[in-house]
Amino acid sequence: MRSVLPIATICLAIVAVWYVGAVFLNAKWERDQAARAGVGIGWAEIVPATMSQERPVLPAPHQVAVEIWKTTAEKRITSKRSLVYHGWITLSATLLGFVMGVGLGILLAVGIVHNRAMDLSAMPWVISSQTIPILAIAPMIIVVLYNIGISGLVAKAAISAYLSFFPVAVGMVKGLRAPDDMQLDLMRTYNASAWQVFWKLRWPSSLPYLFASLKVAIAIALVGAIIGELPTGSQGGFGARMLNGSYYGQVLIIWSALFGAAICAALMVGAVGLAQRAVLGRTGQMR
Amino acid sequence: MSWVAVAIAAWLGGWAANVRLVRRPGRLTRALVPAIFGAALLVMWEGLVRGFNVPAVILPAPSMISGAFAAGLPVLWADFVQTVIRSVLPGYAMGCGAAFVTAVAIDRSPFLQRGLLPMGNLAAALPIVGIAPIMVMWFGFDWQSKAAVVVVMCFFPMLVNTIEGLRMAEPMQRDLMRTYAAGYWQTLWKLRLPAAGPFIFNGLKICTTLALIGAIVAEFFGTPVVGMGFRISTEIGRMALDMVWAEIAVAALAGSAFYGCVTLVERTVTHWHPSIRG
Repeated sequence: MRSVLPIATICLAIVAVWYVGAVFLNAKWERDQAARAGVGIGWAEIVPATMSQERPVLPAPHQVAVEIWKTTAEKRITSKRSLVYHGWITLSATLLGFVMGVGLGILLAVGIVHNRAMDLSAMPWVISSQTIPILAIAPMIIVVLYNIGISGLVAKAAISAYLSFFPVAVGMVKGLRAPDDMQLDLMRTYNASAWQVFWKLRWPSSLPYLFASLKVAIAIALVGAIIGELPTGSQGGFGARMLNGSYYGQVLIIWSALFGAAICAALMVGAVGLAQRAVLGRTGQMR
Repeated sequence: MSWVAVAIAAWLGGWAANVRLVRRPGRLTRALVPAIFGAALLVMWEGLVRGFNVPAVILPAPSMISGAFAAGLPVLWADFVQTVIRSVLPGYAMGCGAAFVTAVAIDRSPFLQRGLLPMGNLAAALPIVGIAPIMVMWFGFDWQSKAAVVVVMCFFPMLVNTIEGLRMAEPMQRDLMRTYAAGYWQTLWKLRLPAAGPFIFNGLKICTTLALIGAIVAEFFGTPVVGMGFRISTEIGRMALDMVWAEIAVAALAGSAFYGCVTLVERTVTHWHPSIRG
């Protein structure tokens, strides 16, 4: 708890820098307006004016906050202008993809740990695939799936699944190999079957690795869903909001979508963290 | 249907070869097995696409992709220069450099560290690529906006890793430096930075992939008519998927090469670390 004060200080500093930045970046437009109207303008007029521009270069924090409040609390959640509506579209794809990706990742990891041929064949490819900018192919996956008749939720979820698959596979291989020879030998002396070794030793000792990978995976699944919404046009979701905002120069829409996405990411990572605490606390692996 | 048979045969043959090979462990096996696996995958891909007559707008065969790669080499090279040389490398250098300097600067203040570490960890989980449209508005369509996205994406992972790394020198070692009457900068240069090496390089390696992703995604929001992200989005619009795959191959090669270079530097700089010595 002793880090509350430092974090609060840093947050305040960021907000302060943001306000100063907003004043300086937006001042040029106000000056141009004043020059066009032929009136002199001083800092006393510029500063308040920069806080409430319609299309600022950098919106002030309270403008973003007001925009988020307006598009979440004051709109019905079924309205197409509601951020909650768009957020749910993105979030449902994220969660569906996350579940699929984690399931596949765990299955592959189990296969790799139990089959030496699979380990030597697939593992180098799984690791080197981490160095490839996979997100770049997201638009292509959307188009290809659209061509074979899959669109919308499932297509975006496929991207999220694909992205969250790799960290889980890599982390779980590490985790399932975490028990050392001594522990494995003990299981042998108990005459445990492979099935029992897996459930009673490998699986429990892989849990800390699993949760660490899950945090990475859910964050990247959200990014995948957002990127997946870019090429589908404007059907909805955070990505579509950002693209629309950038087409029509609506800065506030971009910023509110960005913050909406950031809040979702923080909440989901926090939820995984809570699950981690609950599970690892009971298995006695909490560090 | 003979192509399908070829595909199945390639898969089974490759798998059988690998199962036999892994019984004889050795260096050659370690290199050969993944190569056979990859080759079998490619042959199976080619065979299935030809055997089932999969239309090229869904999945082009590897032979088509390599054809597009060879035919479009000048275009691909121009895209590579625009995206990797002009956007990714400057952005990567600026982002990682700024994060490194920040980490060293706040190193003396535990207060700032305690505040910045959780913020950095949080920022690592945020969808930062979302700032791409904003950066395109601020810095225009050319490489500057892409470099700006790359800077922001690289900053936080690098910052967190450097701060963590600078804590790695043990109290005993620091005390030793004190008994040598070493000053702050001498301690930093001779003890703490080398000790932080593995963490710093971990950050640098994470950032290579992030930098490429940032630049390519930022190009979806507007570019001059060249660049890897631009090519991917326009060729998808024309349904020329073989060219898209060729561009993805370039991205994969560039990403792996970039990562490989950083790993090489890491191996020479932190040659003392157990993970490399062992």
